[in-house]
Parts: sequence; C-alpha cells; structure tokens
Amino acid sequence: MLEPNIAGGLIGGSLIGISSLMMLLLLGRITGISGILTGVITWNKQDGLPWRAAFIGGLILGAVLYQFIFDRALPIEMQASGPLLILAGLLVGIGTRLGSGCTSGHGVCGIARRSPRSIVSTATFMAVAVITVFVTRHLLS
Amino acid sequence: MKTSVAALLSGIVFGLGLAISEMINPARVIGFLDIAGQWDLTLALVMGSALVFTVVGFPLITKKAHPILAEKFTLPTKKTLDTPLISGAVLFGIGWGLAGLCPGPAIAGLASLNPDIFLFVAAMVAGQFIGLKIEKTIA
Repeated sequence: MLEPNIAGGLIGGSLIGISSLMMLLLLGRITGISGILTGVITWNKQDGLPWRAAFIGGLILGAVLYQFIFDRALPIEMQASGPLLILAGLLVGIGTRLGSGCTSGHGVCGIARRSPRSIVSTATFMAVAVITVFVTRHLLS
Repeated sequence: MKTSVAALLSGIVFGLGLAISEMINPARVIGFLDIAGQWDLTLALVMGSALVFTVVGFPLITKKAHPILAEKFTLPTKKTLDTPLISGAVLFGIGWGLAGLCPGPAIAGLASLNPDIFLFVAAMVAGQFIGLKIEKTIA
C-alpha cells in the first residue's frame, strides 16, 4: 500500500486545473480527454484535428518531461494484465464514448460548469468503480 | 497554428500534473477506489485542487465575449440525463475499477514505454470505435 502523496496530489491537481483553464481561455474548449482522443482517432479534419493531436502529444510530452525534471522513471504499477487489462480498456473506451466523457471532462470541467449530466456521470462512474474494486479485491479474492 | 501551440502547452501542463500527482500510477487510483482497504486519499486531493481552479475560473472565463484564440466558446450542449450517459458511466466505472486507468493517465503513461500501457490504450481506442458504432445504431 502507498502512503498518500499529499504535496504531489495538491501540486499535480493544481496543474490539471490550470491546464483546463488554459484550454477554455485560449481555445474555448473543455478539457475532456476521451472526447479529444475521439477526434484524433477518427481523424476528423472538420473538427480541430491539429489542436486535438497537439494536446494528446503534449500529454505524453508532459510525462516525458517529468522523467527529465525529477530524474526518475514514471511511477507505474499495473493492477491488471492480459485479457483483464484488454477488457478494462474496451470498457473505458466504449463507456467514455457513450457517456460523453471521463474523469477530466465530466469530473474536473463538468462539475465546475455545474452541469447536471456531468455531476450524475461522475457520481455514477465513481460509485461503480468503488463497487468493482470491492467485488474484485475483497469478494472474489 | 496558435491553437495547436496553446493546446500542446496545455497538454504538457496536464501530463506533468498527472505524473506529479501520480494519478498516472494505477496503484494510486485503485488505492483511492478501495475504500475497504487502506484508503489512499491522493486522488481526492488531486480532483479537489483541480476543481478549486476550474470552479473559480470557468465562470470568469465564460463571461468573456470569446476565447483568446477562437471566435466562440465550444461547450457541451446536451442537457438530458439519458440512457447512454448513465450506461456509459457504468461501463467506464467498471473498466476504471478493473485496471485503475482512465484515458488521461493511460495516454500520458505511454511515455513510460510500458507495453501493458500500450495494450490498454489500444483496447481503449478499439472501445471508442465500438462506442461510435453503438451511437450510430441507437441514433
């Protein structure tokens, strides 16, 4: 089990909030990563492909930069593998598409817009994820 | 061009935020979701501090006539709490709980060159295409 990362959480969360403000102030867009990704994978040239691809590239570049700045590898400890990991990826892809968003678009931006859809979505996926973890890690193991 | 540079910079700040907060680590996310285990509050701090900025900043920014680099704000227009919204959130919640990965951290995590992250992102992209097909069918 990991000790809570209080300083990292507060600083990292602030950066995420600042990034969302930059996108709204500069481009007038919501920082919803699943939605931005859809525009890239469908190669939709009618709907801002260049800025979408640039944002996705920036996400990866930010994580590269972290490794240089702090001179350490990204902290990644996988919690699933093989078929279970593929299933999880499929569900995240289908779910964020049908549900019009994920933790960033609904969670960070939608709640700030006081959007009822985002508030309901965030409450739903949080609750379902908690139940999923409870079932897989306590009931089934 | 300017919009791409602005989006690139925003993406970098977001990716750095995901790495510094360690939301890029599935173990952190599962630690937060596992309320019956040794609960890790980090994710709540991340979301809370991001929300401090967006809750205060969004209303101030959308009061402007238009964004700096675009003619108008492009905000979600749907208002109804419909079946796709709820069923999508349920499916996403199951996937998130199984792997501890959501779209942002998964994409930023590609920088680790971890093959498992590539596998997850490939499945997620395939899932989005399936989602688009379902949307077309039910529309």
